[in-house]
Amino acid sequence: MADSAGPRQADEARAAAGVLTDSGRDVSASGREVPDSGYPGHDDIAPPPRKRDLRAVWLIAPTMVILAIVILYPVLRAIWLSFQADKGLDPVTGTFTKGGFAGFDHYLMWLTQNCGSGMGSCPPGTLGADFWPSVGITFFFAAVTVTIEVLLGLWMATIMGRTFFGRSLLRAAVLIPWAIPTAVTAKLWFFIFAENGIANKILGTDIAWTTDPWASRFAVIVADVWKTTPFMALLILAGLQMIPQDVYEAAKVDGASAWQRFTQITLPLVKPALMVAVLFRTLDVLRMYDLPAILNGDSGATPTTTMSILVVADIRNGNFNSASALSTLVFLMIFAVAFIMVKFLGANAVRTQDEQRKGDK
Amino acid sequence: MAGRHRSDELAKSPFGRGDALAKSPIGRGDALAKSPIGRGPEQAAPIERRRRSPWPSVRTYMGAAIILIWGLAPFYWMVITAFRDVDHTFDTTPWPTYVTLDNFRDALATDKGNDFLGAIVNSLIIGAATTAVAMMLGIFTAYALARIEFRGKYVVTGIILAASMFPGVALVTPLFQLFGDIGWIGHYQALIVPNISFVLPLTIYTLTSFLGDLPWELEEAARVDGASRGQAFRKVILPLAAPALFTTAILAFIATWNEYMLANMLSTRATEPVTVAIARFEGPDSFSQPYTAVMAAGTLVTVPLVIMVLIFQRRIVSGLTAGGVKS
Repeated sequence: MADSAGPRQADEARAAAGVLTDSGRDVSASGREVPDSGYPGHDDIAPPPRKRDLRAVWLIAPTMVILAIVILYPVLRAIWLSFQADKGLDPVTGTFTKGGFAGFDHYLMWLTQNCGSGMGSCPPGTLGADFWPSVGITFFFAAVTVTIEVLLGLWMATIMGRTFFGRSLLRAAVLIPWAIPTAVTAKLWFFIFAENGIANKILGTDIAWTTDPWASRFAVIVADVWKTTPFMALLILAGLQMIPQDVYEAAKVDGASAWQRFTQITLPLVKPALMVAVLFRTLDVLRMYDLPAILNGDSGATPTTTMSILVVADIRNGNFNSASALSTLVFLMIFAVAFIMVKFLGANAVRTQDEQRKGDK
Repeated sequence: MAGRHRSDELAKSPFGRGDALAKSPIGRGDALAKSPIGRGPEQAAPIERRRRSPWPSVRTYMGAAIILIWGLAPFYWMVITAFRDVDHTFDTTPWPTYVTLDNFRDALATDKGNDFLGAIVNSLIIGAATTAVAMMLGIFTAYALARIEFRGKYVVTGIILAASMFPGVALVTPLFQLFGDIGWIGHYQALIVPNISFVLPLTIYTLTSFLGDLPWELEEAARVDGASRGQAFRKVILPLAAPALFTTAILAFIATWNEYMLANMLSTRATEPVTVAIARFEGPDSFSQPYTAVMAAGTLVTVPLVIMVLIFQRRIVSGLTAGGVKS
C-alpha cells in the first residue's frame, strides 16, 4: 500500500484535533463531516512532534540484550570453536596436540569428507561420511512434506472455511495434532508403525517401518504431515478469510468456473499468506530433529539422519569443534534457503506482517 | 458510523491494493469496484452461501469427516492403548477393550529408572519460568513495535522474525560446552535460558500483532483526560490486552512444554522435562518396548494440553495466525 502509514497518522491527527470518542469519530473539532473516502486529506494536520526514538530504544533494549546473550553469543562462540583444532592425542601420529587454530579443516572434513588423508578419506560409517546423505535427506524431507502440506492444507482450509454445523468442533480437532508434543507424536507413530502395529494390520503388510530405509523415511513424512498440516491449513484459512465474498460473486456473474475462481482469485489473493506459511514450514523442516531421532534413533547412522541429528551425534562423540563447524554449515544453509525464498519467491514475512498490521488498522 | 465502517472495509479489501485482481482476466478490478454488490454497508458481513443442490453440502460434510478423523484418530488410538492391558497391546479393536489403569501406574512408577511425575514437575517449572521471562520482556518490545513509530522498526521486526526461525541446533554445541564448564547442567537455568531464545521471538511476534488491533484511541482519550502515559497503559490498555496476553502466554508455554532437542542435550535425570522422559522411557527389559506405558505417559502429558486447546480454540487459532496473516 502506497499510503500504508496513512491510517495511523490519520488516527493520531484526529486524536490531536480532539476527535476521540468512538461515537464522535466522524465529526472533526470544527464540526464538519470527515470525508469517508479516507485519510490522505488529513495529512495537513501533522501529528505532534515527540521524542519517539529514545522511548522505543528503552523498550526494545532488554529484548535485544537477551537475544544477544542466548543467540548471538552462542553463534559467535560456535564459529570460533569451528576454527579450533581438537586437543588430545592425535589418533594418527599418537602425539599430543595442543589445539590452536585449525583453519577450515573441520569445514573441509564435512564438505569433502577429508578425515586426515585427503579428500574422500572418511570411511563409511563415520559421521563425516554421513554429511552429504544427511543434507540430501533433510532437503528431501523439506521438499516432500511442505509440498504435501500445502496441497492438503489448501484442501482442508477450503473445507474449514465453509459454513456448516460443527465448524468450530472441526477447528478444535485440527489443533490436537499441533498441540501434542513432537516427542509424544513420535512415540505414538512409533507404536502405530511397530512391527505388529496397527499400520501393518490395516495395510495387511509386514513392513519394518522403523528400520527399512525408505519405509522409515515414509514413516517420518507421514508423522510430520499429520502433525503440521493442520497448522498450515489454519494459516491458509486465515488468508482465505481475508478475501471478500463479493469478489467470488462477481466472478460467478462473469461466468467463471469453480476452477477458474480458484486459480484466478483464490490462489493469487492467498499467495502472500501461503508463502509465509511455506517459508516457516520449510525452515522448520530443515531443522527437524525430534521426529526422526525418536522414531528411528539419533545415532547418526540411520536412514533418516537429518542435519540436526548429525550435529547432536557429533557432540555425543565429544567432537565439539567439528560439531560447531557442522552447526555453522547448517545455519548457513538454512539462512541461504530463507534468503532465496524471501528474495525470489516473495515470501517476505516482515513486510507481509508489517503491511497487514498497517493495512488492518 | 456505518459510512466510516464501510470505508474501512474497502480499504482493507484486496481490491484496494489488489493488482493481482486487476491482472486477472475474469475479475476486472474497476468493474468490480463500480458494481453495485461491492457497495452497500450491509456487505460488510460475508454473504451466506446459497445452496442450490445438496451435493456441495454432502461433499463438505464428507471432507469435514475426513479432517476430523485425521486429527483425532491417532490421538484416539493413543488413549485407547493407554487403557488397554499390556498383554493385548496390539489388539486392533477400535473401541476400548481389556480396560485397565495399570499402564498409568507403570508410567508413574519409579522402579525402572523412570520418574515421570518428577519430569512433569520439571516441565511445569521450566515452562512457567520461560513463559514469565518471555512475557515480561516481550510486552515492552511488542508495545514499542505496535505503538511507536521509530527508525529501524523494520530492522527490529526482521531480527525478531529471524530469531524465531533460527535453527536451535546452532546453539547446542556452544551451550553444551559452556553450561558444562560453568556447572549449569543439572540445573533448571540450563534449560530455561536456551528456551528463551525461541519463545521470546514467538511471544513478541504474536503480541505485536494482537496489540496492533487494540483500540488505541482509548489510550489517547485517557491521555487527554490527564492520565500519564504509564497510567493510560496500565488502566486502559492492559485490561483490554489481557486476553491477548493470556493467549500469548499459552502459546509460549506450549512451545516450551514441547521442546525436545535442547532439553535432551542440556538436562540430567534430575531436571529432564516430559519430552525427554517419554523419549527414553524404559520398559521392564531392553528387548521389549513398553508401548502401553508410553501411551499412558503420552496421554498424561497430552490430555491437559488438549483440554486447554479445546477451551481456548478460537484464541489460539487467532494467535497462531496472527503473525503471517490476519484473520
